[in-house]
Amino acid sequence: MRKKILIFSVVLFLVKLSYSQEIKSNTGLGFPMINYTLKAQRNNTPSVMHSKFKILNQTFENPHELTKACLSCHTERDKEIMATSHWKWERSENLPGRGVIALGKKNILNNFCIGTKSNEKTCTRCHIGYGWEDKHFNFDNPLNIDCVVCHDQTGTYRKEKGQAGYPKKSVDLSYVAQHIGIPKRENCGICHFWGGGGNNVKHGDLDKSMVNPAREIDVHMDVEGENMSCVECHRTEKHNIKGKLYALSSEDKNRIACSDCHTDAPHKDKILNEHTVRIACQTCHIPFYAKKNGTKLWWDWSTAGRFDENGDQIHESDADGNHNYLTIKGNFVYNSHVVPEYKWFNGTANHYVIGDKIESVPVQMNTLYGKYNDKDMRNKGADISKIWPVKVHRGKQIYDTVYKTLIQPKLWAPKKGEGAYWKDFDWDEASRLGMEYVGLPYSGHFGFVKTEMYWPLNHQVSPADESLKCVACHTRHNGRLQALDDFYLPGRDFSPVAETAGVSLMLASIIGVAFHAFCRFFFKGKCKN
Amino acid sequence: MNMKKVYLYKKFERFWHWSQTLLILTLIFTGFEIHGTTNWLGYESSVRIHNIAAWAFLILIVFAIFWHVTTDEWQQYMPTLKNMRAQLDYYLIGIFNNAPHPVKKRTLSKLNPLQRITYFALKVLIIPLMLFSGLLYMYFNEAFLKFEIENLDWIAWLHTLGAYLLLTFLIVHLYLITTGRTLTSNLTAMITGWETVDDDDVKELVEEAIEETGMKIKVLHDDVKEHEDLKKLVVQAMKETEDKVNEEKLKGQHQKKHKK
Repeated sequence: MRKKILIFSVVLFLVKLSYSQEIKSNTGLGFPMINYTLKAQRNNTPSVMHSKFKILNQTFENPHELTKACLSCHTERDKEIMATSHWKWERSENLPGRGVIALGKKNILNNFCIGTKSNEKTCTRCHIGYGWEDKHFNFDNPLNIDCVVCHDQTGTYRKEKGQAGYPKKSVDLSYVAQHIGIPKRENCGICHFWGGGGNNVKHGDLDKSMVNPAREIDVHMDVEGENMSCVECHRTEKHNIKGKLYALSSEDKNRIACSDCHTDAPHKDKILNEHTVRIACQTCHIPFYAKKNGTKLWWDWSTAGRFDENGDQIHESDADGNHNYLTIKGNFVYNSHVVPEYKWFNGTANHYVIGDKIESVPVQMNTLYGKYNDKDMRNKGADISKIWPVKVHRGKQIYDTVYKTLIQPKLWAPKKGEGAYWKDFDWDEASRLGMEYVGLPYSGHFGFVKTEMYWPLNHQVSPADESLKCVACHTRHNGRLQALDDFYLPGRDFSPVAETAGVSLMLASIIGVAFHAFCRFFFKGKCKN
Repeated sequence: MNMKKVYLYKKFERFWHWSQTLLILTLIFTGFEIHGTTNWLGYESSVRIHNIAAWAFLILIVFAIFWHVTTDEWQQYMPTLKNMRAQLDYYLIGIFNNAPHPVKKRTLSKLNPLQRITYFALKVLIIPLMLFSGLLYMYFNEAFLKFEIENLDWIAWLHTLGAYLLLTFLIVHLYLITTGRTLTSNLTAMITGWETVDDDDVKELVEEAIEETGMKIKVLHDDVKEHEDLKKLVVQAMKETEDKVNEEKLKGQHQKKHKK
């Protein structure tokens, strides 16, 4: 009896042990946090009232004058700004097989509006500067910096269309200058929500709904909750805003991670924490993206250029009010509440650089490297691949059928007759002008080729209780990880051999036993051979 | 016919057997849910319960090994070919013919040769296979493993195959329970520890017990006189035991007479 009690108590102890892997929360939130002070415990009163500065109490002749006023106090900030990729639109990246090159909008194409080259005057509406209208823009002139597009707190500052980043004439620069502060969501969002020519076109997880999101849309930015601004995650030092996106970047550097605040062991459950070894937090905690507003998933340029019977441009929209055809751009497919696709990703990416030969179709605009076996179990310092959720934007875009290169077309011009496709609808001329601008050959023959671009998802994190459950992936059929078949996933995978052998053995034993029992019952011990 | 009971399964043995039953059933139920075959408890609960049951099983195994070693009971499981043919013949022919069980259950040898080889395989092959593949399954991502496991698949396949083997064992084992003296006598024995045997067996049992025990007594000097003394001692003990049985003093050896 004593033995029994002993065994029971040991078993009970063990059961308790496996349950009690709880991590003490230091926030009262139920999960551990580091490097983060809760909003309630912070003092956010500004140290300076800019409206009290005389130099800002003037009528500015032009925005350059405003910048000059800013720099008269913030004397060294221009150097910080001019070192950033927000200013240069490029950064030094080590590309696999290519070495260190300056990568940016000057040499990368995408499958949305394709590229900025020869279209600068409209694209640079999203540049933090004034006057970048062609190759001759002076990146060394501090007065070309647009300080207020990021620091405006009034919500009245807007850049003009097609004016190379200059503000609208209607903006009261003096009023804006007197009301500036730490960038708000709207400041970042004006470009990062609206990039690609409309709300949520590009990212899928960044859109105007995040100015004022509900808890279900973004648990961090929920206005009723922690109400975090962009820069509270994207911590900024000397104007270097941390956290960058692999749509445009290749190396695992200058990034931010969930674990910066949430630690490496954020769950109470040991098995869930073990999942973080191979699965990015985002995978389970961003179960859907484009939660409120649709995002563009397909863009077919090949159908552009149709006109209605009156010779007017066609605008067609789907039931949600998103465009599905525009004469200038072709066909689109939008969707909201989208289930991400999943990729193994080890933190390094490659890019289609302008001039590259097309080697396979669909053309990969950016390649996320990674596979199951990048696991670095022996701590060699290799990059560990994790499963990441991505938005994949697919499309068809113009390419040179002879040279087998993607084409940078000239799309924008202020008026007809300058060869821009959006005015003259002549692909041949637009291609010739665009390729000439970037200094690459154009054969005169073009076609349209399928392309894919990957956007790892990071935003619109759901509340914990809405994160993915086990069976979202651990299921035989139609699990979320169905496409990732280079590893054994419990609940999804099985060996046909082991399964067939096992089931046959089991069935054979059942049949054998049943037959034996039948004979015993039938002969009732009266069988005399 | 006069029936007697013999005490076959000791307390720990029965505790071990039934907790093992419970744990294996739990592991099978939750394991096949984790495998994606069934959907009863929810995946998360299944994983949780499966892991706890696995650890409990491991502890039980440690205690069982200790018990088997210290009581010499491990010898029960040493495979033998003796009577194997007879046992097979019984299950394939004799059982339909009300033939007697060819291998009698003894406290010192309670398993028939088929049981011996099956349980031996279970203990030496299947359970260790499940244990080690299970531990690798649990810990293959952990950095403390100094070797790199490229893929979980072969671990999972072995674990699954082992599960099917256990399930097959369970089916056959459950059926063979019914092949005792009566349909439920084996089950009763494993619950109470007491197995019912008929009168004729009792003497044989006691003889064998003394014979086996006698073999473990060595004489100090290898001369005839001491052998004679030992023989006398054994006969004396046997007689006294029989007397006790007849006087209904020996616990459990007596049972109320069946009225037939």
